[in-house]
Parts: sequence; C-alpha cells; structure tokens
Amino acid sequence: MKNPRVALAGGLAVAVILQSCSGWIDPYTTQVILFAAINVILAVSLNLVMGETGQFSLCHAAFMAVGAYTSALLTGKALPFLLPHCSWTGTSVASQLWFLPVLIAAGVVAAIAGLIVGGPSLRLRGDYLAMVTLGFGEIIRVLLQNTDAVGGSRGMEGILPATNLFWAVGAAALTLYTMISLVRSTYGRGFQAVRDDEVAAAAMGIDTTRFKVTAFVIGAFFAGVAGALYAHAVEFISPEGFNFLRSFEIIVMVILGGLGRPVGVAIAAVLITLLNEWLRDLSQYRMVVYALIIILFMILRPTERLAHYIRGLMTGLRFRIFRA
Amino acid sequence: MIRPMNFPGEIPLLEVKNCSLRFGGISALTDVSLRINEGELVGLIGPNGAGKTSLFNILTGVYRPTEGAILFEGQPTAGMPPHRINTLGMARTFQNIRLFGSLDVRMNVRTSFIARLRNGLVDTVRRGRSFRREEGEIQEEGSRLLAYFGLEQAASHSSRSLPYGDQRRLEIVRALATKPRLLLLDEPAAGMNPTEKEELKSLITRIRTEFGTAVLLVEHDMKVVMGICERLYVLDQGKVLASGTPAEIRANPKVIAAYLGESHGKNHEKSHEKSRREEVP
Repeated sequence: MKNPRVALAGGLAVAVILQSCSGWIDPYTTQVILFAAINVILAVSLNLVMGETGQFSLCHAAFMAVGAYTSALLTGKALPFLLPHCSWTGTSVASQLWFLPVLIAAGVVAAIAGLIVGGPSLRLRGDYLAMVTLGFGEIIRVLLQNTDAVGGSRGMEGILPATNLFWAVGAAALTLYTMISLVRSTYGRGFQAVRDDEVAAAAMGIDTTRFKVTAFVIGAFFAGVAGALYAHAVEFISPEGFNFLRSFEIIVMVILGGLGRPVGVAIAAVLITLLNEWLRDLSQYRMVVYALIIILFMILRPTERLAHYIRGLMTGLRFRIFRA
Repeated sequence: MIRPMNFPGEIPLLEVKNCSLRFGGISALTDVSLRINEGELVGLIGPNGAGKTSLFNILTGVYRPTEGAILFEGQPTAGMPPHRINTLGMARTFQNIRLFGSLDVRMNVRTSFIARLRNGLVDTVRRGRSFRREEGEIQEEGSRLLAYFGLEQAASHSSRSLPYGDQRRLEIVRALATKPRLLLLDEPAAGMNPTEKEELKSLITRIRTEFGTAVLLVEHDMKVVMGICERLYVLDQGKVLASGTPAEIRANPKVIAAYLGESHGKNHEKSHEKSRREEVP
C-alpha cells in the first residue's frame, strides 16, 4: 500500500456496498460488524499514541465516553429542539447525512478533552503519564455517574439508532487512512523519533511535547467519533460501559496487533471483537478462555502474519490493475 | 549585515560569557567564557569530570546555566528548549550514540527535516501536490547526504544493524541534515579503531571546508584533536584552564599538569581512557 488513498477508496466502497446490502444481513451480524468497525477506530487511534509515539495512555475509553455522551445529548436534546419537524430515521443516505456533523462534534469535544489532559501531563514521562491518564479516566466516569442531566449511573437510553454499516465502516476506513498517511510521511516519522529517543529527537529540532500532544489529541478525536458511533449503535450508554476495563481491552488490541503497525492493529481489533462474540456461550468460563487465547495470540502472532499477507495481496492487486 | 567585530576578520558565531552551572552545592562549571568564530574548528579537551559534557549540555539547552549568557549569532539562547536551539542552527551528536533504533538509515536522516517542513499535519493527511513535492525534495536531499558520506549502500538497513563507525557517521549526517551553522561533536572518536579515527579526522575537515560549518569538538583522543583543530580550550574542574593553538596548548605547563598529573605519569592518561563514561540525562 504505497498510496493509502487506494485503501481509503476501497474501504469506503466496502462501506457503501455493505450498506446497500444491509437488508440481507441479519441484525446480529450487522451488530458484530458495527462493533468490529468501532473497535478498529478505537484501536488504530490508540495505536498513534501508544504504538507510534510511545506514550502509555490508560484513558482511551474516557475519550470514547466524552464522544458518546456529546453525541447522545446532541441527537437526544439539541437537534429535536433546533429542528423539531425533521424525521431522523430515514433509510436513504441523504436523510442520514445529519449524523456527520454529530460525529464530528463528538470528535471535537473529545479532542478538546484530550488537549486538556494531554497538554500538562505529556510533559511527564512513562509511569507518571499512565497514572495521570488512569486518574482522568476515573474522573470522567465518576463525573458522568453524578450528573443527573445525563442520567447519572442509570445512563442514557432511547438514543436514535443512527449508526449503520456505512457510517461505522466508512469511519473505520477513514481512521485507518488518516493514521497510515500520517505515519508514512516525514512529518509522521516525528512520532516514532519521539518514541525511540526523546533527547535525540529534541536535538534534531523536533518539538517533542508538541508531537506528543498532537498524537494525544488526534487519538482522542477518533475515540470520540467511535464513542458517538457506539452510542447510536447500542442505543443505550452508561458510565460503567466506559470504565478502565474498556480502555484495557483497547490496549490489548494495540499490543496484539503489534505496536506501531496500523494494519495489524486493525486486524487484531476485528479478531478480538469476534472472539468476544464466540465466547459468549461459555458464560462464566469466558474470561479464562479469553486469557488463554490472548496468550496464544502473543506466542503465535497471527495478526502480524495476516497483516503481512494482506499487504502482499494489496500490492499484487495493484500490480494487476496497472498491468491491465 | 554588519556585525560587531572583536577581531578583524573574525565573526563570533557562538559566545559563552561567564557561564556557571551548579547542582546544589556542586559546581560543574565556574565562570566559563569561550567563543567560536564563523567556520572555525575548535577543540574542547580536559580530563574526566572537567565539565566538558556539562558545557555541551548548557550549549544545547539540556541545562540552563545558573549564571552567565550564551549568545548564538548575537541571540541569547540560555534557557531555550533544545529543539529551538537546533532550529537556530546548532546541531549536536551524542557521546553514547542516540540513533532512532526502529527507523532505517534513510528515515533517521529524514527526521532532521521535520522542524523545517512547509506542509503541516493536514497537508500530510491530504497528500496534495505540494506535500508530494516536498517529500520528493527531502528524499533527494537525504539520499545526496547519505551518498556524500558513503552510507547510500546502507540506506534501507536498520540503523541498529550498522557497524559502530557507520553509526557514528550516521549521527553526524543526521545532525548535518538540520543545516547547522555550528556542529557540536561529543567524543566522536570514542570506541573507534585507528582506521576509523583517521576516517573521522578527514570527515570532520571535509564537513568544515565543504559545508562551511563551524565545529566544536569534544574529544579525549589527543591525536584527533591536535591533528585537526585550529584552536583548543582546556577545561579543568569546571574552569577554562587554557586556550590557544595546539602547539601552545601542548607546551603549556598548566595543561600538562592537569592532564597528566604533576609527575607527568603516562599511566594516568590510560586510566582516563578506561573510565571514560559520562552520561547525558
């Protein structure tokens, strides 16, 4: 994938095709695809912070929560008030375009939260940053739990089911494109330089704090978008859904995908989503099997092989297209 | 542009004026003053613990001098963060090599262009024409630099896999790619074999003549320093002990006393060589 635009066009095409076939896909499969796409966004955006820039962040789910609540408030309270006579649940793509500004707003609010946390705390290193982000995640959760306007610990329900295959898969493709094109550029090497050696990066003229904050804010933006998609997919959100364990799950995806490999991380996100679904029947033994499979993943590293295979497939495909 | 000249024909590029650096009660540097002129090759020597690396660190912004001023092209730099000092035109290498281990050789050189990119974040994601042109220019200039220093064969290798001498050379190339007016080399000959040292000497002279870059060379190896430097500063116990041409320094009894000990014992120098380990934080 020399040109990430090819991948973007492909991803968006898949999103459109999936959406136009949505009548034939049963609701359960649809939901799994939605979750997979949302997890891809979360994992790939955290990868920029953890994998590329090397900053250990434990509050990705908190940014997701900020996005989810922002969008739920917008569609539940603000939009009906501003435009009372519109119908929000059409089936054509055109009648759903209103969702785009909501997604962007959710991302922007989450990015602002990212700036507020990241600005001061990214001057810290390693363990200290982990502590600050852990604390921030808890603060967001407790704040939401104690705010009656957003339902307190009961959460918000009856959110419009606006997330469909087009939005979720399209947003995942766009996230992946943004991350790959960002990282594979002279500018993007700055993130990796900061991860490898901060002192040397600064001596080469790289403003390390700025790069770290940038990575954090971009990561938070996409986590916010994922949160909005999630809220409008499950139609119910509560503070408990965005706790530390959720952040941890995203971290597992990033590590399994191979830190700093966007495609591998995306594959890991899909695999873990599927794993969660397959293990539902095991009820109380679920976490035992889950842990065992994660360990097996670590040893066998199937995601790296898959990423390598897909890369080969894509170059082969492009070669054939250009020859024809 | 007309600059104030202290000596006819010599333009000061870097001036350190009465700098002191103290950590609590310990004085790393006391009242150090020195100057480097445009295009000059200056050596900085001194026994272990003399404050060479401390001086390096206040020049490059790692530490802020407790007292005194540093002027780079007339602009005060004390207290500036390291990345700002680099963009002013001062680049450095490290005593213990600090390459970006996960990036290949080409990418290591590319990182030096980041601070001077015309295209920002949004242009990078959009990948427009101006972005592609700039990437092309950077790639070309990077390749030219690598070819000039004989590293083009290794361009796609991991920087960790390079032989030691080449790693040192790559660090110098990476520093040069930021287009500095002054290059600070922190013990570049450390750990090199005699052949590599000879190569290094010719490399430094070449940098000076062909890039017009002034060089401040911190070095333990007397052969290297005496062989190529025009002027030397000798630091001892955080103070400038002497300065002058290599011949003057070699004849200076104070320097001989500080460096080799009062008894002029040769084994003293050997013990310096062995215990040569100063860390940059």
